[in-house]
Amino acid sequence: MTDDSSLSIHSGAAAAKSVAVEICVVIRSDADIVAARQSGRAQAIKLGFSLSDSTLIATAISELARNIVVYARQGEVLLRCVNSSERKGIVVIARDAGPGIADIKLALQDGFSTSRGLGLGLPGVRRLMDEFELESGNGKGTVVTVKKWLMR
Amino acid sequence: MQVPILKQGDNLIVTVQAALGDADLLQLRDHVVAQVGRFRSRGVIIDVTALDVMDSFATRTLRDISLMIRLRGAETVIVGIQPEVAFALVRLGMNLAGVATALDLEEGLAFLGTKRQDGRKA
Repeated sequence: MTDDSSLSIHSGAAAAKSVAVEICVVIRSDADIVAARQSGRAQAIKLGFSLSDSTLIATAISELARNIVVYARQGEVLLRCVNSSERKGIVVIARDAGPGIADIKLALQDGFSTSRGLGLGLPGVRRLMDEFELESGNGKGTVVTVKKWLMR
Repeated sequence: MQVPILKQGDNLIVTVQAALGDADLLQLRDHVVAQVGRFRSRGVIIDVTALDVMDSFATRTLRDISLMIRLRGAETVIVGIQPEVAFALVRLGMNLAGVATALDLEEGLAFLGTKRQDGRKA
């Protein structure tokens, strides 16, 4: 299902003993959301994540990619597979040059189904992954970095 | 993305066969809700066994479909939510409150049958 022609794959040459695979999925439409999460799921399974964890990762990617389409119209999702002797896991970086988030605290406030929070689903994404980082500001674009580890 | 909708007696059986994008989901919503009127259906089963990921948008759309169909006088039951998908939905904080779910197609049909009997008794 995944359209590999839209993905660019680089092998990390920096560290000799760590094999890092990076996949960049350009996000412009809702079809790209599906491509990004399918690619992330496949990479997670390849790294050795369970079906459950791979599904959590794919769901997080789907949420982050949708925020890009809805709020910034375009951006990219970078999937970095970390597979070294010390650490094994997946890093997902969702970035865009959109309007940014003015109130980060509000965006991270858990609203569940109430009207608190910004409705970006970020607290949900945070619960799906092990690590969560948000960099944004009014007019500064948004970078969300999430990680899940198999071993660290 | 065509999602097959099968008419079986009073019920419609909607089988999602591949990953759906947001536009596909919205199209499915409008199509199913319209078909309920066309076939004068009493029950709708939406089989999501093939979905390996259900995010907030998909979940919200399924809930919308179910509530819209109820307003049209029919019952919906979502069947086949995979264990991993259920886990991710719980973690994400999504719930399908007010939406009927069943393990699989067989249980879904049984559920709709019971619902209809209850309806006649009432």
